[in-house]
Amino acid sequence: MKLEVTSHEMVRIIAVPEARIDAAGALRFKEAMRAATTDGPDHVVLDLGQVRFVDSSGLGAIVAAMKQMGAGRRLDLAGLTPDVAKVFRLTRMDTVFVIHEDAEAPLRHATG
Amino acid sequence: MAEAFHRRIAADGMAVRALLAEIRGWLCLQGLDDAACGKIEIALAEALNNVVEHASLDSKDEIALDMTLAPDGIGVELRDRGAPLPGLTPPRGDPPTLTGDRDNLPEGGFGWFLIRTLTTDLHYARTDGKNHLSLRFAPESKA
Repeated sequence: MKLEVTSHEMVRIIAVPEARIDAAGALRFKEAMRAATTDGPDHVVLDLGQVRFVDSSGLGAIVAAMKQMGAGRRLDLAGLTPDVAKVFRLTRMDTVFVIHEDAEAPLRHATG
Repeated sequence: MAEAFHRRIAADGMAVRALLAEIRGWLCLQGLDDAACGKIEIALAEALNNVVEHASLDSKDEIALDMTLAPDGIGVELRDRGAPLPGLTPPRGDPPTLTGDRDNLPEGGFGWFLIRTLTTDLHYARTDGKNHLSLRFAPESKA
């Protein structure tokens, strides 16, 4: 899975240019996230604005992506579409992550 | 009047992905709104992935899906010849535990919780060497 990485001074934004993070792609997503977060800022925002659907395997892979970043680093989420937001809300994983309306929000916050 | 949808697919993740897309399109065509379509797609993704991941099937084995849309709700029947559910009972599907530190957050175990949360009724039977899972969804207001 190819991820789109944009690094700013304090924040790295990683966009997922795919419609789904599901059981068939969860492992590739987790490995791509590992490669995209080995270096760079401690604060990473995962932009899910193009992702229409996440199943429980995809959700698990997002949690794993946060855990593999290591202590002291932070993974936020941005741009949750309705079905993706529903999975996070039902599993209460929306209480675990900081969720931004869009990927630009944390940048506005950082500079404002 | 009831509308029906029937498919048999190979028991693998890519076939599940394609089937879910097709179901989404069919439900949309029947006039269900996005929220109702999403609810059904999430529950069926979990049920189908469970079969692919836990029923020890070969990729040449099939999963059969029958879906019926009627005024009193949406019914889905899934059948496969894979391994039976442990204890011949669908798991209770307790909500995931999110307390404790980050390293202990669960990376799985959400599937049956989501299925049970999104359905109004769920029934499992093992007959003639087949798993038979019935899921029901409440009738939805159309878009």
